[in-house]
Amino acid sequence: MSVCKQMMPLLLAGIGAPLAAAQLTVDVAIPEMDVAEYHRPYVAIWVQNIDSKAVTNGAVWYQIDADGEGEKWLKDMRLWWRRSGRSLDMPIDGVTGPTRKPGSYNVNLDHVTENLEPGQYQLYVEASREVGGRELLHIDFDWPLTKAQTLTAQGKTELGKLSVTFNP
Amino acid sequence: MKFKQFLALGLVLALPMAAEAHRFWVLPAATVLSGDDPWVTVDAAVSNDIFYFNHYPLKAHYLSVVKPDGSEGEMLNLAEGKHRTTFDLNLTEQGTYKVLMSSSGLQASWEDENGERKRWPGRGEKPAPGDFEKQVPKKAKNLKVGYSSTKLESFITAGNPTDTVLALSNKGLEMQASAHPNDLFTGEPVNLTFLMDGKAVPGVEVVIIPDGVRYRNSQQEIKLTTDKNGKVSVEWPQAGRYWLEAEYEDDQAQAPATTRSGKYIATLEVLPL
Repeated sequence: MSVCKQMMPLLLAGIGAPLAAAQLTVDVAIPEMDVAEYHRPYVAIWVQNIDSKAVTNGAVWYQIDADGEGEKWLKDMRLWWRRSGRSLDMPIDGVTGPTRKPGSYNVNLDHVTENLEPGQYQLYVEASREVGGRELLHIDFDWPLTKAQTLTAQGKTELGKLSVTFNP
Repeated sequence: MKFKQFLALGLVLALPMAAEAHRFWVLPAATVLSGDDPWVTVDAAVSNDIFYFNHYPLKAHYLSVVKPDGSEGEMLNLAEGKHRTTFDLNLTEQGTYKVLMSSSGLQASWEDENGERKRWPGRGEKPAPGDFEKQVPKKAKNLKVGYSSTKLESFITAGNPTDTVLALSNKGLEMQASAHPNDLFTGEPVNLTFLMDGKAVPGVEVVIIPDGVRYRNSQQEIKLTTDKNGKVSVEWPQAGRYWLEAEYEDDQAQAPATTRSGKYIATLEVLPL
């Protein structure tokens, strides 16, 4: 599988394409907070089919520790918890990862789009921070993609700018 | 088992008196939990001000815990204060837990030959099997015999909600919701069906009170009555905890009772979408 994936960019490069871009990438910003007690937020990125409600997880960043104590707060990403998290066995290979410090992050969602049925989708980003708040952003899109475009949404509290790049 | 039945009978004595004036409730600190091994604290009290401990503890021996697989759970760090009972649950299994109080029994009242009003069982009396036949006359002036039941429930879920603890006992007044009781959200109306001895019944009076009475000028109670299918539809005005009480009475009782009555109480938590 990974060989095939690695081959693709090489092939594309070989025929003159500048770089193989992922079909769906998310740029998400975790804002700096001027607060006395700061904890990195838990963040979930997932897409949901509007009709079937099927959820595919892109990334879940949470405090991963040996005793599983960090899982205690997963439910605070309450929409994600309801739609997907509560039926999962954490951690999930290729999806879960540690919490991130403030900054901008580029997340490749090829592992999400790999098995996506054609249809209307919503991409969600949900963040929840200890001693802080919770914020949810979403962007609608159709799959398969028909044109290259970048859609954005702006977080106000727990998230900064969200930008989703579609590359058919 | 014997011990439990004995307690249940004892509760029948205590409840009808107190129930006139006071509300029973159980309040879990959280109803939706994540992680492999979460803990949750549960308070239980009797007081008219919903979710404010200011009157009497709801004694732990009336309560039991049912685990997601249907077996009995353990109340840990149990303590009884002046105004509340408190205990912890360690949710070692994924799924839905239930805190339960359930009781039922016969009551009788009549006038004796001197016109004096009699009650059975007497206050504080714990009836043993056969006492009814021995202590209540077959015929008496204004003899009334009723069979009453009370059921109180609150649900707590670790991980994915499960249905085992939602199974009906088909005894007394019970509630069946169109959504899982730990999956209630604002903007999502829910249908509640009330069943008496396993059969949906019209005319059940339902009162739902949102948390936070202390900080407003009225109870803001939602009053509903079940339709011919035993249903009410509830729209949650806001996220938060709700206390629900339903009452029903009719004359479809089994002898020797001539009336049957049921009370159902639940604490529900509604989350914001």
